[in-house]
Amino acid sequence: MGKAPLLLPERIRKPFALLLGVLFGFLLQKGGVTRYEVIMGQLLLVDFTVVKVMLSAVLTGMLGIQVLLHLQLVVLHPKHGSLGATAIGGLIFGLGFGLLGYCPGTAAGAVGQGSLDALFGGVAGMLLGTAFYSEIHHRIEPTILRWGSFGAITLPEVLHAARWKVVAAVAALIATVLSALSLLGL
Amino acid sequence: MEWLMVPRWPAIAVGISIGLLECITFLLLDKPIGCSTAFARTSGMIEKALRGDAAAEKPYYRLFPPVIDWEWMFVLGIPFGAFLSAVMAGTFRLEWVPALWVGTFGPGVLPRLLTALAGGFLVGLGARWAGGCTSGHGISGSLQLAVSSWIASAAFFAGGILSAWLLFSLARG
Repeated sequence: MGKAPLLLPERIRKPFALLLGVLFGFLLQKGGVTRYEVIMGQLLLVDFTVVKVMLSAVLTGMLGIQVLLHLQLVVLHPKHGSLGATAIGGLIFGLGFGLLGYCPGTAAGAVGQGSLDALFGGVAGMLLGTAFYSEIHHRIEPTILRWGSFGAITLPEVLHAARWKVVAAVAALIATVLSALSLLGL
Repeated sequence: MEWLMVPRWPAIAVGISIGLLECITFLLLDKPIGCSTAFARTSGMIEKALRGDAAAEKPYYRLFPPVIDWEWMFVLGIPFGAFLSAVMAGTFRLEWVPALWVGTFGPGVLPRLLTALAGGFLVGLGARWAGGCTSGHGISGSLQLAVSSWIASAAFFAGGILSAWLLFSLARG
């Protein structure tokens, strides 16, 4: 399959992306997830705002993309993965996440609401961390990153099931979790 | 327009809106939302400014050239949107140390900044190591049902719960 048929012309993609970024930042701040207390509350398992925002975004996006895929208006871009890259990198990210109390997107949002720790600690640290990664990438790429490689596969491919069935099952699972959180008053 | 002025919206409403935003980026930009690549490109730009074009020859910067792309513009927009939201709700304030931190570790700026710097370093390193962050893997990848993204999301939260618990339980004794 080729490109998405409704792809915007090159010259308006960047201004449009800026506008979408403004919207995204507005939403993150309104959701409370640019606040240190809210993210740490999630990681300390006392405030489930982050999980609720993420799961409802995944649910909505998954259903929307399923419809758009059916209409052949979008192309999927699943990322490659391996245990060495995804699990180890994910754990390193997670350990930092608990210390920082923001992730890359929410740190950018926190800067906009005036959180100076997100700017001089978070953004500065993330730039140093990505710079450090650029130094080690060519060393770990042929070794650690390839360990346990499984490629850019999706759940329907792993389960050998029709995509819509997996979408329906995951949607039901997310709806159950969201309802349970609501029933528990979390 | 009063709903634009309130400090918080329900989490589910925000999540649904972000899900719709994802549909728009797939439809019109042919890309999922992501944030951490923009940080890698920015550090490449800084390195290029400091060390010259030799920096751009690094293998990683050949994969992710230090240039302004649509995702970089997207991430640039985030603080402006959050600023608008906070100002309209009257919650904008310059703050060095978040209240939760003050309550546990005291008001000192330096311990918070150093912890955030160390955390930020690991977040930047881990995001590029894993090929995405809470946006690119956590939301965009999960909604595509990518196996890598579900594993990454589990690892993000497993690591985060562990370090948050260690940090706060050690401090509270």
